Amino acid sequence: MKIAVLIKQVPGSESALPLNDKQTWVDESSVTYVMNPPDNFALEEALLIQEKVDDVEVVVVSMGPARVQKVIREGLAKGADRGIHLEENEEVETDPLSIAKKFSDVLKEENFDLIFSGLQSDDTGMGQTGVLIGEILGMSTATLAIETKLEKDQIKIKRELESGWFQWVTLPFPASISIQSGLNTPRYPSLKGIMGAKKKEIKSVLQELNTDQSQNIDNIFVPQTSKQTEIIETDADAAVDRIIEILKSEIKVF
Amino acid sequence: MDILVVLEDSQGSLHRLSKEAIVGAQQLGGSIAALAIGDNASEISNVLSSYDISEIITVEDELVSTYNADGYTEVVKQVIEKESPKIIVAGHTYQTRDFMPRVSAHLNIPFIPDIVSLSDKGFVKQVLNAKLNATISSNREQIILSFQSAAFNEENIQSGSCSSRYFDVILDASMIRSTSEKPFQESLGDVDLESAELLVSIGRGIEKEENIPLAFDLAEVLGAEVSASRPVVDSGWVDSFRQVGSSGCNVAPKLYFSLGISGAIQHVVGMKGAKNILAINKDKDAPIFEIADYAVIGDILEIIPKLIESLKNQ
Ligand SMILES: Cc1cc2nc3c(=O)[nH]c(=O)nc-3n(C[C@H](O)[C@H](O)[C@H](O)COP(=O)(O)OP(=O)(O)OC[C@H]3O[C@@H](n4cnc5c(N)ncnc54)[C@H](O)[C@@H]3O)c2cc1C
Ligand SMILES: Nc1ncnc2c1ncn2[C@@H]1O[C@H](COP(=O)(O)O)[C@@H](O)[C@H]1O
Repeated sequence: MKIAVLIKQVPGSESALPLNDKQTWVDESSVTYVMNPPDNFALEEALLIQEKVDDVEVVVVSMGPARVQKVIREGLAKGADRGIHLEENEEVETDPLSIAKKFSDVLKEENFDLIFSGLQSDDTGMGQTGVLIGEILGMSTATLAIETKLEKDQIKIKRELESGWFQWVTLPFPASISIQSGLNTPRYPSLKGIMGAKKKEIKSVLQELNTDQSQNIDNIFVPQTSKQTEIIETDADAAVDRIIEILKSEIKVF
Repeated sequence: MDILVVLEDSQGSLHRLSKEAIVGAQQLGGSIAALAIGDNASEISNVLSSYDISEIITVEDELVSTYNADGYTEVVKQVIEKESPKIIVAGHTYQTRDFMPRVSAHLNIPFIPDIVSLSDKGFVKQVLNAKLNATISSNREQIILSFQSAAFNEENIQSGSCSSRYFDVILDASMIRSTSEKPFQESLGDVDLESAELLVSIGRGIEKEENIPLAFDLAEVLGAEVSASRPVVDSGWVDSFRQVGSSGCNVAPKLYFSLGISGAIQHVVGMKGAKNILAINKDKDAPIFEIADYAVIGDILEIIPKLIESLKNQ
């Protein structure tokens, strides 16, 4: 069985996010990148299947500039067998349909039984790429899996619905499934894994510049707030005094 | 028609976000049709009869009596193909997340999701963990949009009248590839967060499991309950019934004391009804501060122990 895991490299939640000169995206040179958190859970789920079942190949796939090789290596160090890099040299694609078409072109030949993706990327948050790819490739698709059970020629997943509701859905192979965070505990790479990853293959497929985006990010900006907020920015002791005053005289909790 | 609003059946009634989506559609302007699918389609269309939209289209077929992604995709696809709306809108719900990308892929129509507002240049969406907003536009003739919770206020719905009609779909069982079982609810914990007056809520800023007792100690001196953001639950540091947000509980306490929570929309939808929001975060640009009444910029690991000390001495 072959499983692809789509892992995106995104700015970490504590990264600085200065805008670029054109104000169309952040200035990449001052960003610290991490693996998109839900993708990390998706990868772990694939690795757990690989441990349980014979003959499972796990392939990590990422699209982006050279920097994304870092998350591919991280996936290989955790135990994935090989990597595919859809390499972008010019602009980073943000249009989901264009992204999905590029992935589908590269993944078509591979005939994956399963594609796992994260339910949403932390940077653009489109929440659709895994489903788009699955549909373009004629696979069955599902979103928001928080548990998976492999069966013969099919996979059963527990889907998260709103407000504490859930649902089991059974999908025939091949299937593309987006993974919700929290369904497992992602491992850290071992030292042996990190050493071994250096020898694993990463196939690079150069992507052509696309000039026909179906949707485009024209500019980004800092949101304005409308609420009256009291900002308390002082040393810890003064903050504690003010908090106690607020609790006592303004919110009146005691 | 110019705009097709795809409605959502929330256990027999119209989903709140569907109402908001109608308001969004009214603000976009043009002739609006709303699509109701499934066993409750006629009840739902009754709710809409006093709204200012052109018409309600209902689809009833046993293959889509209740929601399933493949069936819904096919229905929405056939309606779009037949009626050629320029804009297809829906609330950004879990159900929309599930089937709208399929419609987008099948019809090659871009899906711009989770929009927070309209601007004259395009559609505004949060990006980069809600720290920045992006304006998105499309040069296509047809687009699909979904609106974030509270992007529009349902009270602003314009009333009027509308007609309704059935739409015949052609469905057969082979179109439904996956089998969906009945939704169920998981047992809740014994603590009732939804009626708690005071909540101390922990986010990933607590950093590690060893620091969790700090929050429980603070809650104890305040007489508060402890709640948490999703990553804290995902890490197994607190029980899942304590999770606040779109996939956890909705709380509305007198005080929501947020410790190291960034303020992602999926968290905020579960707590923005709190009467007072007091947030500590070391990042002055954290989105939680946009909805906080009191924004303490600082390190929780430094402030909380001192706060507990002082409260004990009161
Ligand atoms: C479909 C879907 C459903 C979801 N459902 C939910 C849900 O129900 N509930 C939920 O909470 N989330 C949910 N999420 C996840 C949500 O998008 C966010 O990822 C999550 O809320 C972030 O949690 P956090 O704020 O604790 O962590 P982070 O975003 O990592 O933020 C941590 C914050 O702590 C601050 N910090 C770090 N160290 C310190 C310190 N020492 N002192 C002070 N501050 C510090 C940082 O500045 C940062 O702002 C869902 C996501 C999706 C896509
Ligand atoms: N450039 C990319 N490289 C690798 N995976 C991606 C990329 N873009 C999207 N994905 C995958 O698709 C998921 C959903 O992304 P999105 O639709 O952008 O929210 C992510 O969690 C990844 O698993």
